[in-house]
Amino acid sequence: MGACWTLTRRELGAYFLSLTGYIIIAAALFLVGFNFVEMIQGLQQEPTTKPITEIFFSDSLVFWFILVLTTPVITMRLFALEKFSGTFETLMTTPVSDLQVVLAKFFAAMLFYILMWLPLLGCVFTVRHLTGDAAAFDFGNVGATFLGILLIGSLFISLGCCASALTRSQVAAAMMGLALGATLFLLGYLARALPVQTDWQTRTLACFAFFDQMRDFARGVVDTRPVVFFVSLTGFFLFLTLRIVESRRWK
Amino acid sequence: MSDGLMIEVANLTKRYAGHAALSNVSFTVRRGEVVGLLGPNGAGKSTTMRILSCYLPGSSGTVRIAGLDVFRQSAEVRRRIGYMPENNPLHQDLRVREYLKFRARLKGLSRKHSRERADVVMEQCGLADVSRRIIGQLSKGYRQRVGLADALVHEPELIILDEPTIGLDPNQIRSVRQLIKGLAGAHTVLISTHILPEAEMTCNRMVILYEGKVLAADTPENLQRLMAGSNHVIAEIAASPAELRECWAQMPEIEQFDVSPSEGDYYRCLLTPRDGLDLRPQVFELARSRGWPLRELTRNRHSLEDIYMQLTHPQGEEEI
Repeated sequence: MGACWTLTRRELGAYFLSLTGYIIIAAALFLVGFNFVEMIQGLQQEPTTKPITEIFFSDSLVFWFILVLTTPVITMRLFALEKFSGTFETLMTTPVSDLQVVLAKFFAAMLFYILMWLPLLGCVFTVRHLTGDAAAFDFGNVGATFLGILLIGSLFISLGCCASALTRSQVAAAMMGLALGATLFLLGYLARALPVQTDWQTRTLACFAFFDQMRDFARGVVDTRPVVFFVSLTGFFLFLTLRIVESRRWK
Repeated sequence: MSDGLMIEVANLTKRYAGHAALSNVSFTVRRGEVVGLLGPNGAGKSTTMRILSCYLPGSSGTVRIAGLDVFRQSAEVRRRIGYMPENNPLHQDLRVREYLKFRARLKGLSRKHSRERADVVMEQCGLADVSRRIIGQLSKGYRQRVGLADALVHEPELIILDEPTIGLDPNQIRSVRQLIKGLAGAHTVLISTHILPEAEMTCNRMVILYEGKVLAADTPENLQRLMAGSNHVIAEIAASPAELRECWAQMPEIEQFDVSPSEGDYYRCLLTPRDGLDLRPQVFELARSRGWPLRELTRNRHSLEDIYMQLTHPQGEEEI
C-alpha cells in the first residue's frame, strides 16, 4: 500500500509541476465565480428560499460545462503521457501491481478534481457572508452537494482513465474522454425528455437523469439509487481500465 | 532453485502480429557475470530484455530469473531486477534526489531506507552535485547516470541495461562503462549494445543475436579463437629471405608463411599459426638467438568486429 500512496502523491504532484493543474483550477474558479456573481445579482432582484447550492445546479449549466470539459483534461495524461514518454515501462517493471497503478492514478485524479471544486465552498461562504443569513450555509446541503460532485466526478474520471489507458496520445485520450463524457451528459437530456414509463429501457435510461440527481444532492437529498449507480459505473470503468493495462501481458 | 544461474532462457519465442521477433532463443547467465547481448538493430535485444524484466510476455518458452518464472512469479522477479529501458525514460519534472527516492519507494523500500539508498547511489553514480537539479534540465550524460542510479537503487541481484551508452560522448561513455564494470561481482549485469568494443571491454561473456536467433554465445576470447584460422603475426626482420623461409618452415607451430621485402634491409613476414597460438615469443626468441634486428612484431588479432560481421553476414565480402 505504501507504493500505491507514493504513486498517488507523485501523480498529484505532477499536476502542479506543470502549468496544466493551475490552468484547470483557474479556469474552473473563474467560471464558478462568474456564475456566483451573476447569481447574486439575480437574487437581489428576486429573493428566493431555495438553498444556494440548488440554484447553482438548477439555474445554470456551468457545473456541467466544467465537469464535461475538465475531467478529460485531468485524466488525459495519466496513462497516455507515461506510455508516450516511456516511463510506463519503468513503472510496470517495478514490483507494483497493475491494480495499484490504476487505483493510484484514479485517486490522484480524484484528489485533483476535489481540489478544483473547493473554491465552490468559498463561493457558498461568500454568499452566506453577504446575505448575513446563517441558513444560506447549511452543512447538510453543502455536504450532500459535495457528495454529489464527488460521485459524478468519479464516474467521469474513471471514464477518462479508461480513455487514457487506451492510447499513447494525450490529445486522443482527451478527445475520447470528451466524446464519452458528452455522450453521458446528453443521455441525461434524453432521460429527462422521455415520458415516465415502466418498461426497463426507459427505467434504465432514467438512471442517467444526471440533472435531477444533482439537483437532489444540491437540495440535501441523498438518494441511494444514484449513489449505487455512480459507484458501480465507476467500478465498471476502473475494471475496464485495469483490463486494458493488463492486456499488454496477454499472450 | 538452480544454483549459480541468474538467468535461464529456454526456447523463448516471441511473435508479434505476423513476424517472430525471437525464435527459440536459449541462453543462461551465471550469478556475478557481466553478459553482453549483441546484435544489429532489430535483432531482438530489446524484446528479450522486456521479457526478462516482465514487461512483455513471451509467446512460448520459459524464462527463469534466480529460479523464478517471469510470468508466474512476476512480482517476485521484478523485486530482484533493476531495469533501464532503451532511451532511458525518466520523469523530466522531478529533481534527481526526489526521483530516486520515489523510485526506491515504488520498489518497496521503506521511507528511511529509500532516503539512504538514494544518497548511496547518487554517490556511486557521481550525481551528488546535481541532486537538487531538475532531471529535464540535465545533460544526457547525467540523465543516463540517473537511469543507472534508478536501476541500482533497490540493490537488485540482476541489472538489465538496454543500450546504456547510446548517444553519449566518449568521456561519458567511458565513465558509464567504468560504472558498469564496478558492478560486476556484486551484481549480475546484462547489457545490450551494438557497439562491439563496448562489449569486449565490459563483458565476461557475449550472446550474439541476429534476426531473433542466438548465433553465438561465448567469452570474447573464445569467440576470437573461433576465428583463429587467420590469426596472424607480422614480423619485420633484417635477414636474408632464404634464411627466414627456412626458419619458418621448420617451426611446427606455423601453418603458413609469406615473406616479402620491406623498406631497407628488412623483410616483412606474415605468419599464420596453427591453433590460434600466439607466435610472438617464439619469433622474438629466434631473432634474439640469431642476432637478427627486429623492428616490428605484432599480432593481427581479429577484432570482434570481424567476428560479428562474419556471424551476422555469413556470406561475407568474398562473394560480392
